[in-house]
Amino acid sequence: MTEVDSATAPLLDIRDLSVAFAQGTREVLAVDRISFDIRKGETVALVGESGSGKSATALSVMKLLPYPAARHPSGSILFKGTDLLRLKESEIREVRGANITIIFQEPMTSLNPLHTVERQITEVLLLHRRAANGSNRARVIELLSQVGIPDPAARLASYPHQLSGGQRQRVMIAMALANEPDLLIADEPTTALDVTVQAQILKLLKDLQSRLGMAMLFITHDLGIVRKIAERVCVMKEGRIVERGEVERVFTRPEHPYTRELIAAEPKPDPAPPNPAAPVILATGDLKVWFPIRRGVLRRTVGHIKAVDGINIEIRKGETLGVVGESGSGKTTLGLAVLRLISSQGPIVFMGQHLQGLRFKQMRPFRRDMQIVFQDPYGSLSPRMSVSDIIEEGLWVHHPKMPLAERTQRVIQALNDVGLSADSRFRYPHEFSGGQRQRIAVARAIVLEPTFLVLDEPTSALDMLIQSQIVDLLRALQKRRDLTYLFISHDLRVVAALASRLVVMRHGKVVEEGAAADLFARPQTAYTRALFAAAFNLETEGDGAVAQ
Amino acid sequence: MDARASPAVAETKAVAPLGLAVVPESHAIDLSPLGRRRWQNFKANRRGYWSFWLFTVLFVVSLFANFIASDQPFLVQYDGKYYFPALVTYPETAFGGDFETAADYRDPYLQKLIAEKGGYMLWPAIRYSYDTYNRDLPTPAPSKPTWLLTEEQCRPVAEKYGGHACRDLESNWLGTDDQGRDVLARLIYGFRISVLFGLSLTLISSVVGVAAGAVQGYFGGWTDLLFQRFIEIWGSLPELYLLLIISSVLVPGFFVLLGILLLFSWLSLVGFVRAEFLRGRNLEYIQAARALGVSNVVIMFRHLLPNAMVATITFLPFILSSSVTTLTALDFLGLGLPPGSPSLGELLAQAKSNLQAPWLGLTGFFTVAIMLSLLIFVGEAVRDAFDPRKTFG
Repeated sequence: MTEVDSATAPLLDIRDLSVAFAQGTREVLAVDRISFDIRKGETVALVGESGSGKSATALSVMKLLPYPAARHPSGSILFKGTDLLRLKESEIREVRGANITIIFQEPMTSLNPLHTVERQITEVLLLHRRAANGSNRARVIELLSQVGIPDPAARLASYPHQLSGGQRQRVMIAMALANEPDLLIADEPTTALDVTVQAQILKLLKDLQSRLGMAMLFITHDLGIVRKIAERVCVMKEGRIVERGEVERVFTRPEHPYTRELIAAEPKPDPAPPNPAAPVILATGDLKVWFPIRRGVLRRTVGHIKAVDGINIEIRKGETLGVVGESGSGKTTLGLAVLRLISSQGPIVFMGQHLQGLRFKQMRPFRRDMQIVFQDPYGSLSPRMSVSDIIEEGLWVHHPKMPLAERTQRVIQALNDVGLSADSRFRYPHEFSGGQRQRIAVARAIVLEPTFLVLDEPTSALDMLIQSQIVDLLRALQKRRDLTYLFISHDLRVVAALASRLVVMRHGKVVEEGAAADLFARPQTAYTRALFAAAFNLETEGDGAVAQ
Repeated sequence: MDARASPAVAETKAVAPLGLAVVPESHAIDLSPLGRRRWQNFKANRRGYWSFWLFTVLFVVSLFANFIASDQPFLVQYDGKYYFPALVTYPETAFGGDFETAADYRDPYLQKLIAEKGGYMLWPAIRYSYDTYNRDLPTPAPSKPTWLLTEEQCRPVAEKYGGHACRDLESNWLGTDDQGRDVLARLIYGFRISVLFGLSLTLISSVVGVAAGAVQGYFGGWTDLLFQRFIEIWGSLPELYLLLIISSVLVPGFFVLLGILLLFSWLSLVGFVRAEFLRGRNLEYIQAARALGVSNVVIMFRHLLPNAMVATITFLPFILSSSVTTLTALDFLGLGLPPGSPSLGELLAQAKSNLQAPWLGLTGFFTVAIMLSLLIFVGEAVRDAFDPRKTFG
């Protein structure tokens, strides 16, 4: 390959590519005749919601799809002039891991839990370079320091479980870089990570790319990331590329209505105003959730994991208290503790009543007024119950004598309130999309007409467009029913859209709190500043303040 | 659990990145899509599917053993009136006999009395019950199947009934055992009692095992810890010796044996159910149910039990076959059902002590082998049906 060639001819040229999956007797077209190219040293982003065919495209470049269930009815993938789709399995193996490498979304499962870091990376080296063992260790250490792992020599013998999520993703990147690939495919590499860690990883990828001069195909559903990292972008919808172009052009002058919709999808900040005169719905005093650490034969308690360590919060009627922080800061534990779903110490006062120490039966009347919506819309609905059974359950508990007609009426009302049709009550959760499932979860919570809702990351598992729909829904419900929310999230853009007041948590303690508008405008502590910088600008700030 | 297993369900369209999309279908409440898929998978295993039907037919047929093999006719017409000996016990005097005792319809004297009044009797296919002694055997018991006898052997008995040859005799299709009882009749009754015993044992031990596993898994902590230790100790008792000792103290009968075997058989499911409940109790929809104020018992039944049922149902055919084997083994050792009851184990024991009569051993062997094979095939098909990975298979 000559200099002239590489300057003009693209490194990867995808032409007219289709991917079809056999499902039983039918065939579903996941990717429909798409074409794009990537030049040397360039970053191209593929964006779209889940199911738009982004990952199927990426995996076909590596030929990692489940063939023969998957096939390519048309198209070619030219990498340096050779058509990868025509290569034999043995030939494509030479390309995989050496010339083209991939980083997956989930750092928890992408590494073999039984291999040390050194062994994982050495394996990649040996497979393609067949180098002598002696030089490998040096190369592994070099790679680890390149990806920003502190004290790499000491980390060689670590197992994946001894690393944090961010460090694991760094090890994955080190493995991907080991053979100096020409093309790196990053398939939502930061989706499973904390915002602060996400910013660090993005910065790392950008640095490495410019230093090593490789091309990158970056797959994401997050437009903020695209803007930060890519030069060109292809917007995918239902297997087709609906718009492509330079990032700046696409963001400033989107041509396709879907792109415009996506860009407009960012949740609008319009929180309920704090109202100091409203009655206090929920207050805690020095709330603690300590998990004992036991050691030795006698299981002596040698210390505690302080998940929630002395928290005072106060929520007034009709307002939204946002709780933010990195993962592991105790946000979710706090939410479960105020609902008394896990045991805690310290008073919890709900509508003037002390909840602490009440037994299961005594708690039940309060449960009607306090409900929760969970993060994962796939895990929070029983797969074996119809939607109507799921929503009705609370009614059976709290109004066991309610006549059938009224019960049905309440279920339909709840479904209508969350924007679902009355017919959907006869169907099962797996027939709904993630966003619709989350609506069902909200319907289950509001059917009892509660006054207080804990929202535990209700939008984190959802696509951008759907996120803003759910946020709008929650806001509309709050207005209509005068609901009070405890909103837990690590996604500050969503929190900004809903929260009237904000609590920033770290290691189980409150770092900072105040009216949301003030806090966003003038964060006081380094930790909060770093959190905000990572969330709003995808930038790292004050390295010492946040987790690695 | 299967629906959740597919990592990404499409947001707007039924196309997911890896083609794992779930296609929405609307349907009535009859069989959930999951249930329908399982039934399809079950049917796809042809061997297991046919084994299931064959076993069901055999079992249902054996339930009507009294109408297939009995020493009492269905219907007697005597002196213009109809009698139903299979349902009502009549004294011999009803047919002009001398005694007040129950009529023995196999008695040539009684048969003659009925025939004289122009009556007739409708017999089942096999005119022996499991405890009918054939007093007129052509050869000493155990006697060969009738179709293996020579004309010479048959003639004396045949002449007694006014015939000449073997075809005039009542057939013992599979011969008789060493007490002159018809093997086929004993086989049908023995099969019935084995399967009934197996089913009851399986059912009761599943209920006990599932309940124990559920409580342990759901409550966890000390409950789980103590219960687990108890099970470890209980499970390490030498089961067979205990069975031998208990069955020598108590008079063994159907229910006593059921009770004794139950002491240990419930252990087999506890582990699976406990694991399912331990996993399930932290799922978000369980948390959601708790937040709704749903009581523990309801959560266990409505939300968690269906998950545990997959493991349970998968194991049921295997537990059933091992229960049948256990009963057969005990009968073989002479520690099982009381003497005289029809039992496959006893048949095998007789075969062992009468090696000169291979029809006993062959019958016993083939019955037990076929029955257990059918159950295992069904078990395999059930396992396939509930295998979440066999989605597109």
